[in-house]
Amino acid sequence: MNFVAIQMLLGDRIKYLGLVTAVAFSTFLMSHQSSIFAGVMNRTRSQILDVQDAGIWVMDPATQYFDEAKALPDQALYRVRSVEGVEWAVAMRKGTPVARAADGTFRTVILMSVDDDSLAGAPRHMLAGSLADLRQPDSLFIDRAAYYYFFPNQPFRTGRVFEINDHRVTVSGIFESSAPFTNLPIFYARYSEALKFQGRERNMMTYVLVKAKPGVDENTLCQRIARETGFHAMTTQEFGWATIDYYFKHTGIPLNFGITITVALLVGTLVAGQTFYIFTLENLKQFGALKAIGVTNWRITSMILLQAGMVGAIGYSIGIAMTAAFYEYFSKNVDLRGFFLPWQIATGTAGAVLVIIVIASFMSIRRVLVLEPAVVFRG
Amino acid sequence: MRNVAVSCHGITKAFDSGENQVLALRGVDWEVRFGELTLLVGPSGCGKTTLISVIAGLLDATSGELEVLGEDMRRLRGTDAVVFRRRNLGFVFQQFNLLPSLTAVENAAVPLLAARVPRRTAVARASELLAELGLGHRLNALPSKLSGGQQQRVALARALLHEPKLIVCDEPTSALDHETGHAVMELLKRVAVREDRAVIVVTHDSRVFEFADEIAEMEDGSIRSEGLEAVLEGELVERI
Repeated sequence: MNFVAIQMLLGDRIKYLGLVTAVAFSTFLMSHQSSIFAGVMNRTRSQILDVQDAGIWVMDPATQYFDEAKALPDQALYRVRSVEGVEWAVAMRKGTPVARAADGTFRTVILMSVDDDSLAGAPRHMLAGSLADLRQPDSLFIDRAAYYYFFPNQPFRTGRVFEINDHRVTVSGIFESSAPFTNLPIFYARYSEALKFQGRERNMMTYVLVKAKPGVDENTLCQRIARETGFHAMTTQEFGWATIDYYFKHTGIPLNFGITITVALLVGTLVAGQTFYIFTLENLKQFGALKAIGVTNWRITSMILLQAGMVGAIGYSIGIAMTAAFYEYFSKNVDLRGFFLPWQIATGTAGAVLVIIVIASFMSIRRVLVLEPAVVFRG
Repeated sequence: MRNVAVSCHGITKAFDSGENQVLALRGVDWEVRFGELTLLVGPSGCGKTTLISVIAGLLDATSGELEVLGEDMRRLRGTDAVVFRRRNLGFVFQQFNLLPSLTAVENAAVPLLAARVPRRTAVARASELLAELGLGHRLNALPSKLSGGQQQRVALARALLHEPKLIVCDEPTSALDHETGHAVMELLKRVAVREDRAVIVVTHDSRVFEFADEIAEMEDGSIRSEGLEAVLEGELVERI
């Protein structure tokens, strides 16, 4: 009877296409918006995750997230270094000076620092230049997106000049970075250079980056640093999630995306459910005839579930392919880097489509199960 | 084999209608024999459809004794009743009730598909039967492309394909013109009536009375008269 069920479904082309389209667009909206949301949230912590040398971030106890941190006093670095279990600790400065290119183009940039001696905290994926080039005086690295912004349609070339805070600085390397939440260009300089470029404040050190000694648990070390120094210490993962948590709780981003995703789910359910129910109602006589002929309720239920499942599978496949195609198409766009379709969202959307299909088929199954087969004798 | 295919004794059927009960069958006593084409006639609303629904196991009788093909229908419940219908009964409906998205041969094959016979086998057997019924050239036509008479022949093939012992036809000619209806009844008489099978035809089309081996006339929920001559002598045609 599976054949009969499929033929019944495909026979009414308009409703079949309506059902598949409803599920496909619902799938597209849910997966697309969820992926954008996940991408945006992930961007809030991307600069934390890009620092791969150190596993622990030490900060002022009042700091809630990466982009807004109160500077630490210089002695904080030495206090942290004195904690048992610390392999090394280096100062880190994160600032947002204005950089101006030779042609007058300017932009606020995120200036991150690396350790003067070890270069700990430096970017890993160089596109031009080498890590050692950062040791040159008055030099810095800029990320790919910054290069494209300041020098559009030009091949990667070091030696270009910026002016930051009346300082002439030279680009000695170009690197690949994760996209930041604000989409600002990212510059890296040695700590001492970064302080020089940005001018002096009373406290200049934003974070202390710490590497735990081999065999020392990072969570335990975080607790020890906090206890012995009075500063707050988090592992890279913890700090990343704390940053996401801040944006989640203190911005309208989750609400807006949540509304869109919920509406997509509701519209998908209502349209698919209503269309499927009408489809069943229009086939009620046929279902009655099948029941009279001797098709059991269980077989009828499985026929309806097969029809719904087929609509769900095809609609989901089309919708998720649309989402994947969208991200594939825009994957070369530097401003949209970091946005992709995670498998968790593809799986979660499949679950949501399953809910749509179950709800859509439930009413139809109920209607057919209570149908008296004697209805076929009523003209 | 007993000669009686269907035996009704004191069958009643009541429907709830708000606070009232409507008695559609008021103690029906009736027998249908194998090897005969039996017409059940009577005016609209007299209970014909309700009676064949009860006989076919599509509705439960409120009271009375009903034996169909030797089976006490009161004991058949749920899936057992469905399986009994699938194996032993064939239906021809007034509006044909063919599945619009299946071809003629696929529609005819449905009873075998319901019995989990492989599709290839079911379709092959349906093709043979449709050819026998004169539709060998329209096997792959959709119902919408068939005339009323052709659709009813497909419905007849669907009713016959699984070799049922009892065929129940509800107004098989009422949606057809006289000539086509006559042809369908001829076909029904020729291919459906066998020694080991009973055929019940509900109708109020007096033009098909000539095909009857037996006629029962219903009135107001009970059998008014039975027997070909008795019914015809009672000016049946005028009454219905």
